[in-house]
Amino acid sequence: MDVLYFAWVRERIGIPRERVDTNAATVMDLVEELRAREERYAAAFADLSALRVAVDQTLTEFDAPISGSREIAFFPPMTGG
Amino acid sequence: MDVRVQEAPFDFGVEAATFASGCASSGAVVTFTGIVRDVADGLKAMEIEHYPGMTEAALSQIASEAKERWSLEKALIIHRHGRLAPGEMIMMVAAAAPHRKDAFEAAEFLMDFLKSRAPFWKREITRDGATWVGAKDADEEALRRW
Repeated sequence: MDVLYFAWVRERIGIPRERVDTNAATVMDLVEELRAREERYAAAFADLSALRVAVDQTLTEFDAPISGSREIAFFPPMTGG
Repeated sequence: MDVRVQEAPFDFGVEAATFASGCASSGAVVTFTGIVRDVADGLKAMEIEHYPGMTEAALSQIASEAKERWSLEKALIIHRHGRLAPGEMIMMVAAAAPHRKDAFEAAEFLMDFLKSRAPFWKREITRDGATWVGAKDADEEALRRW
């Protein structure tokens, strides 16, 4: 699946998107996999209360299932308007 | 429902007039415009990042919800992204309804939801560097009244 990062999450991880092969069942499982990869991921995902997640472009929660999803996006709380 | 996400500036006067002129059954049109404010004392620019695809979907969803909750004849949301200078218009919403209460409330609802439910992120560029604008608790609380 494609994993996308926006705003300071993108800056901290260093890339806007990447292809991830995973068997993660939920967003949280995917977060744990990413955290274990490298320090920059661990830093970006250190405080989940500062993050929001969208699965296939719909805002959801970290315990949401992701099997069969195409696109997971992580970003800080939105500041539109 | 007209939703536009664009980098280019928009002409508020033309947009408001066009919107209002096509509202024969509405007695009330409310518009709101957001402008880049020089809060940071020496703000050079505001950069707005967004999530192409989800942004349009989220704004359409918010506009549809407004239309369900109030008797709106139509609604308009224009939101810019990219680099904006202080004084530039960031976004506008417009709501047309038979009576003003619905138009005012729907416009406020659109504003409250697009502030914290549409995937935009603002970054202030000052002479000291760039800072991501943090979400305010008040913005989240504003959603609860709806």
